Amino acid sequence: MSDRFAVGERVRVRAAWPPGHVRTPHYLRGKRGEILSIAGRFANPEELAYGRDGKPARALYRVRFEQAALWPDHQGRARDTVVADIFEHWLEPAEEGGA
Amino acid sequence: MHRHHDTGGEPAGPVVPEEHDYAAWEKRVDAILRLLTQRRVITVDELRRGIEELGPGAYDELSYYQRWIASVGNNLLEKGVVTVDELGRKLAEVEARWRAAGRQGEAAP
Repeated sequence: MSDRFAVGERVRVRAAWPPGHVRTPHYLRGKRGEILSIAGRFANPEELAYGRDGKPARALYRVRFEQAALWPDHQGRARDTVVADIFEHWLEPAEEGGA
Repeated sequence: MHRHHDTGGEPAGPVVPEEHDYAAWEKRVDAILRLLTQRRVITVDELRRGIEELGPGAYDELSYYQRWIASVGNNLLEKGVVTVDELGRKLAEVEARWRAAGRQGEAAP
């Protein structure tokens, strides 16, 4: 099974707020970033959290975001970034959707 | 709307980077979780989910290991490893023993 996204590809985190246990941080939802690396495939924590096996394993990406794009009052350097681990089902191509 | 625990990026005061000693009961809580995960009774994901489900009041008021043991207890109840009656009686027994030892002046674990 190939991974949906490649290193260097621009992605957008889904702007979704489902109930339940979710690892994708609120402050990154709806934001655009770039695939930095592919961490591997792991059982889905959203299922593991409720006692299920979390299979099939899902691709987990390290995604890099520009701090200035995350915080309206960012006062650090323009090149400051933050890297977060985000599962594939929380990502979509950056071209899709609006902001 | 984000959930109560998901506070990344919000003001949270200064971070105080200092070591602190662990109470005996905190080490026991750590040992209980290690045993339960090694024996595949619960996962760390279930622990975390249980902590998030404590709600805004308890989530803020309980200490780190108090959150752990509250979540472990609720998970074990959900799975039927212990019953409400068993857990309630044991907690009452422990509290009575603690009071009998004259430790009313200390912070209850």
